[in-house]
Amino acid sequence: MPGKGSQRRDAAIVGIYEYPLRKVEGITALQIKAECARAALDDAGLSWQDVDAVYDCGEGGESGSGLAISEYLGLSPRVIDTTSVGGSSYEFQAAHALRDIAAGKCRVALLTYGSTARADARAIGTGGRVSSAPSPFGNMEDPWGMTLVANYALVAQRHMYQYGTTSEQLAEIAVATRAHAVRNPQAVRAMEDLGFVGTGEITVRDVVESRMIADPLHLLDCCMISDGGGAVVIASRDVARGTRKPPVWILGTGEATRYFASDRDITRSAAELSGPQAFGEAGLTPADVDIAMIYDSFTITVLVCLEDLGFCKKGEGGAFVQGGRLRWDTGSLPLNTDGGGLSSNHPGMRGIFLLIEATRQLRGESTSQVKDARIALAHGNGGMLGSRHSGGTVLLARD
Amino acid sequence: MNTTQRPLPRFPEPDTQPFWEATREHRLTYPVCLDCGRITFYPRRHCMHCGGRRLEWRESKGEGTIYSYSVVRQNRHPAFKDLGAYAIAYVDLDEGFRMLTNIVGVADPTRDLRIGQRVRVRWEDQPGGQVSLPMFEPI
Repeated sequence: MPGKGSQRRDAAIVGIYEYPLRKVEGITALQIKAECARAALDDAGLSWQDVDAVYDCGEGGESGSGLAISEYLGLSPRVIDTTSVGGSSYEFQAAHALRDIAAGKCRVALLTYGSTARADARAIGTGGRVSSAPSPFGNMEDPWGMTLVANYALVAQRHMYQYGTTSEQLAEIAVATRAHAVRNPQAVRAMEDLGFVGTGEITVRDVVESRMIADPLHLLDCCMISDGGGAVVIASRDVARGTRKPPVWILGTGEATRYFASDRDITRSAAELSGPQAFGEAGLTPADVDIAMIYDSFTITVLVCLEDLGFCKKGEGGAFVQGGRLRWDTGSLPLNTDGGGLSSNHPGMRGIFLLIEATRQLRGESTSQVKDARIALAHGNGGMLGSRHSGGTVLLARD
Repeated sequence: MNTTQRPLPRFPEPDTQPFWEATREHRLTYPVCLDCGRITFYPRRHCMHCGGRRLEWRESKGEGTIYSYSVVRQNRHPAFKDLGAYAIAYVDLDEGFRMLTNIVGVADPTRDLRIGQRVRVRWEDQPGGQVSLPMFEPI
């Protein structure tokens, strides 16, 4: 609907690039970041030295830390932001880029991500988590062998207990996501390269019969561990008017964190806080969203966030995801149309791909294109849903 | 049987040190803020609710309820990978704090556990005598 929502046009995503391979050899995370940065700038029609703001999680190691990333890339930023809050870091960074651009501190912001999690054989989900140095949290967590998957499983188990959610309902999320992945050549290649047993569409039964990893989460409830990366370029209004593709405006953002606490309802995430902030700022409601990119580390992450963001009532996420509601073509809330972390791309953090696919949708470039997509939501969840995690919500719109 | 030692709490770590010292005597303790009356857990030197620094350690009876649990079928860490399926859980102690722990003492954790189950602490002394690990078993 023309004119719906905020008329804010302070900053827009003008360039995107997703590294096409999910299995790499002989390339580093830093190299992936640099390659994606140049490709995203090309997508925008901007030059390397146009960048005056660098946002970075420091995932590139010592030579890619906040202190060193500008040097590695060869840039001279006047804004340096090392927000590192897990997989949602990119949603936080996009929010900060909007803020910094609107304040006149910079005009062209660069966000990059690179990872060789698969090549490094990082058992992100099932390796026991152990702190590297004495810490208060590590001392209260390490001895009992919690894995990342188990942490999310604690949430799923509680959600089933409180609301009657079933494994079959969670499976619907994996089914819809896979249906989108099979239409995305990069996702199909990803599944093949990563040795997925089947790379075609899956059924609810396939999911609930797949191997249990940590009750109640099965193998097909869990995201892949890939290599890969991407970049996003965000620019001011006057720069955006001159770029190659239609600008995708950032209308509203929200940031929040929740963590372990004795009185915390673990079925409620930080999205309860970041979502309303973003919708309020954008002057929009969940009903206005044409396509949702919601962090899918696990099926339960999506379910909880759909509720917390207000797409349905708390506890009703199970029913909400049934009946094909999430499908790109016939669903009322197309979700994760690139194939998600479940079936397309998850090198340890996924937040940047949410922004990338949301932008594709609003430009009309998606492999599962939603008709007349005008407003997109990207919600990143970082950390561990059952304990410390962050929520970053970004609302995007095209003219 | 040759199993790798579980990761144990590491020191110096002043926020949690009093908690772990008490475990040597099989005492499960928790800090209460004398200013606002609330419990801070995980333990810290300050009150996580009001920032206060007057905290008093109290002893728990060690009884509570399973708030949530999961049965880990796959853990690649050397200390855990040969354990077989084991249960990780959040237990709500009757005194009003929650902790992460394992549920032990059941034949089949995939079938014998449920949310809401009443449990009691069971101590597992660790080699070296520095700490004892609080686990929980059904009452």
